Amino acid sequence: MGLAVNLELKHTVLCIRLEGELDHHTADVLRSQVEDYLKKHKVNHIVLNLEGLSFMDSSGLGVILGRYKQIKSQNGEMVVCAISQPVRRLFEMSGLFKIIRLEEDEELALQALGVA
Amino acid sequence: MRNEMKIQFSALSQNESFARVTVAAFIAQIDPTVDELTEIKTVVSEAVTNAIIHGYDNKPTGMVYIEAAIEEDTIHLTIRDEGHGITDLGQARQPLYTSKPELERSGMGFTIMENFMDEVEVISEPSFGTTIHLTKYLTKNKALCN
Repeated sequence: MGLAVNLELKHTVLCIRLEGELDHHTADVLRSQVEDYLKKHKVNHIVLNLEGLSFMDSSGLGVILGRYKQIKSQNGEMVVCAISQPVRRLFEMSGLFKIIRLEEDEELALQALGVA
Repeated sequence: MRNEMKIQFSALSQNESFARVTVAAFIAQIDPTVDELTEIKTVVSEAVTNAIIHGYDNKPTGMVYIEAAIEEDTIHLTIRDEGHGITDLGQARQPLYTSKPELERSGMGFTIMENFMDEVEVISEPSFGTTIHLTKYLTKNKALCN
């Protein structure tokens, strides 16, 4: 099982929806698709929706942190939403919660960024 | 009764999924919880990814070797490569340390293995490779279905 990356721009917020497994192999797919998108569109903030993610490991943490740094360098924010219990444990272990904001679902994540 | 299996495969990132799913299917016969199964899949993914990225520098000519054994409620895993080896193990096991920050590595691989398994032993020798022994004792205080 691979990873499907769905990208949708809502106003200036890029919604990234992941479905499948995020590991070292699929992290490259996510990184390149988001980087390409950010080059071509005006994006202020990112919402990362992990509702459809069935597996993630530390490679996932790395690529998420990478996109956080990327949007942060443009003075943007990243909100992660709809994370499962196993993914939550990885976030807690790495301290990613301290820098990345979490919301229950995409609607609330968009609200947190002033869109919706 | 001890039950064992061995697999070996090319150091290709697309085999990370193959490795964790295969090990999970093997240990499923001793009835782990969903959480335990996720933990096993995650640590296999971490160790195999380390072998591919750090052991073999993403060169697919290398081979990754996994041995798994189940004995009552205990899981033993050995994940081995014949790659570069680790020069400073203490540093490598530090949370958030990575030798390859340019590849967006989180540096959490060993920390996750230590959190999800009961015993983690790493044996590494520069230019001979790295062997990781992992042990997990399954909790058997599950609700009985009568």
